[in-house]
Amino acid sequence: MNGYAGNILRVNLTDRTHRILPLPESLVRDFIGGRGFVAKLMWDEIPPGADPLGPENKIIVAPGPLTGAFLPGAGKLEWGAKSPATGGYGDSNIGGHIAPEIKYAGFDAIIIEGQASEPVYLYINDFDIELRCASHLWGQGALQCETTLKAELGEEFQICTIGPAGENKVLFACISHDFGRQAGRTGIAAVMGSKNLKAMAVHGTKAIPLADPAETLEVGKQMFAACFAKPGFEEWTPQGTAGVTNWVNEVGAFPTRNFTSGFFPKYENINGEALVSRIKVTDKACYGCPIPCGKYSRVKKPAYDVYVEGPEYETIALIGGNTEIDNIEDVAYANYIQDELGLDSISGGNVVGFAMECFEKGIIQSDMIGGRILRFGSVDDFVWLSQEIAYRRGIGNILADGVKKASEVFGQGSERFAIQVKGLEWSGYEARHAPAMMLSYMTADVGAHHNRSWAITFDVATGRDKLEGKAKRVTELQHIRPLFDMLCLCRLQWVELGFELEWYPKIFRAVTGQKRSWDELLEFSERVWNLTRCYSLREIPGFGRSADYPPARFMEEPIPDGPTAGKYMPREVIDRLLDEYYAIRGWDQRGIPGAAKLHNVGLEFAEATIAPLRA
Amino acid sequence: MRLETESRLCSGCKVCLTICALSHFRENNPKKGALRVESKFPTPGVFQVHVCNQCGACAAVCPVEAIREQGGVFLLDRETCVSCMACVEECPFGVLIVHPSEPVPIKCDNCGECVRYCPREAILDGEGSVKRMGR
Repeated sequence: MNGYAGNILRVNLTDRTHRILPLPESLVRDFIGGRGFVAKLMWDEIPPGADPLGPENKIIVAPGPLTGAFLPGAGKLEWGAKSPATGGYGDSNIGGHIAPEIKYAGFDAIIIEGQASEPVYLYINDFDIELRCASHLWGQGALQCETTLKAELGEEFQICTIGPAGENKVLFACISHDFGRQAGRTGIAAVMGSKNLKAMAVHGTKAIPLADPAETLEVGKQMFAACFAKPGFEEWTPQGTAGVTNWVNEVGAFPTRNFTSGFFPKYENINGEALVSRIKVTDKACYGCPIPCGKYSRVKKPAYDVYVEGPEYETIALIGGNTEIDNIEDVAYANYIQDELGLDSISGGNVVGFAMECFEKGIIQSDMIGGRILRFGSVDDFVWLSQEIAYRRGIGNILADGVKKASEVFGQGSERFAIQVKGLEWSGYEARHAPAMMLSYMTADVGAHHNRSWAITFDVATGRDKLEGKAKRVTELQHIRPLFDMLCLCRLQWVELGFELEWYPKIFRAVTGQKRSWDELLEFSERVWNLTRCYSLREIPGFGRSADYPPARFMEEPIPDGPTAGKYMPREVIDRLLDEYYAIRGWDQRGIPGAAKLHNVGLEFAEATIAPLRA
Repeated sequence: MRLETESRLCSGCKVCLTICALSHFRENNPKKGALRVESKFPTPGVFQVHVCNQCGACAAVCPVEAIREQGGVFLLDRETCVSCMACVEECPFGVLIVHPSEPVPIKCDNCGECVRYCPREAILDGEGSVKRMGR
């Protein structure tokens, strides 16, 4: 099967065995790769009702058919597991260089099951597979652990690690790689921690089989040349994702003060210009990327001197605006602290902002945190609380479960400003004024994450007061973006350069030999979208419409200031968006896929599980 | 053409390695690229690109004259090579590459594809005749 390494690696941590199995043709035929493999293998492999932090949960790692091939942005890897944060479908995407390395080692998916009795790391050197002792690594920071393993194994190994947060099963712990890339969302690092799996180190030497090497070389060259010719190639790259900070403030969508506002008055002190002029060391790319979004930085102050990849936009939003840290140096330092602890800086900034607001409102009191105070804008408080969370000390032990569960403990109305959906903290776009972006967050399968459908530009372009057409566009985007995650490609060439989607079927054909139009490929994406919905329906009692609502703050509290002052999205608008969305999707008004839809998208095997839920 | 580097521009994307291997071996395998990208992280946080500048040190130590100069470019003759790896040891830039599935070292033939497709123009033609695509 061209484009594929041809093997699945199954690793059992309990009995410390592994098997190399042929990649099933049916999996390729129906689910393509990456996110598709993750969704199908989770459905098949993880027993229904599994404890996300128990030995029966499994971690699925999958690159895609274009990963590591010769085209722009072919360096993505999909991680999946039943999410300890949401209890439902969980995945997270990581860049860097490990995804191609897994293919060069000979694998299209890795299934990690069971639970080790003591800390281990997974060593993969082509087909030489070992579970090695990691007792000397346990307790190390995520970056420190990568440094240690590089020194032990050699620079040529690509390494993923978890930090203390993952070890301590913080539900928003992240997987770290390449000194600053993260699979941050849905808590898969906590699943690694629960399995005593500290790291994975991979080295491979094999080629990826190509259907037509000459055509791959030719189309790949054309794709790179086309990227070079785009205006954004020169303009976008220097600041990377941080460059959007200005625009998001100008349209009033910048998370500020735990999502109280959509505008941070001091944004020019934490934006892309500040990053480039004050702290950037170098641009740092994932495999095959002509427009590196990675900004490797050094921040040096009397109190600290650290290197960190970033901050990228999401970190600027959630650590910067959302906790009101108002200078790029402190944002980068706080970013470093969370990276080393192994905390997702999206959820990490969101949770700390939530705690700061709880303190302001008297829900967290000084005597609950050893006489300390928690202030918006204080990097010292941010760092202290991040450490308490990562080591599950004191109030940190409650916050380590995320804002939804913490608000259930704190009560006193704190659930109104626990900014999450499905138990996953909201990322970097305040959306009370933007119906398509709001609906994107509400219906993203993993919870409140922007990357399934980044619709805010569509809202601004088509009018934010308009509801017509928004649910339709969100549905389309929810098929396009996750298709990138199935092929395991980066979407930023398309999003930021306007790189034409028509290129991808051409290179897909050259690499795999399969002739499929973009629209045909999107049909696979719809199949996977429905499957992940079915997975969460299977796993979470009562899952459905009620899991698709934003927090009360967004439905009831007007934005107090900035360009979007006065905006909020009343429940009747939310309901109308959901009604339209479900109708377009072929789901009933409780958000359950209909039998006809499951049949049409090739998910007949899920019908027996879903049918009783419709009764 | 003579390869030169501007390592401060390198972002570590490895396009050079992939296009090199694909052009010469018709294989999608950057481990067969005839150059090196060294990552120096977490500190000082820079990349260093190592390329062949056709210095000929490899030819000078080859016991069987398998590496011969043609028009300023040193080419490795696979038939003559006896895989002693003396050239690999001698190369001052570490860019005679050994790969487990190749019987002989992999050597740069100065084709210029890395110059044409390095997105960052971190690999250059010191003589200025070959440029990145679109330049």
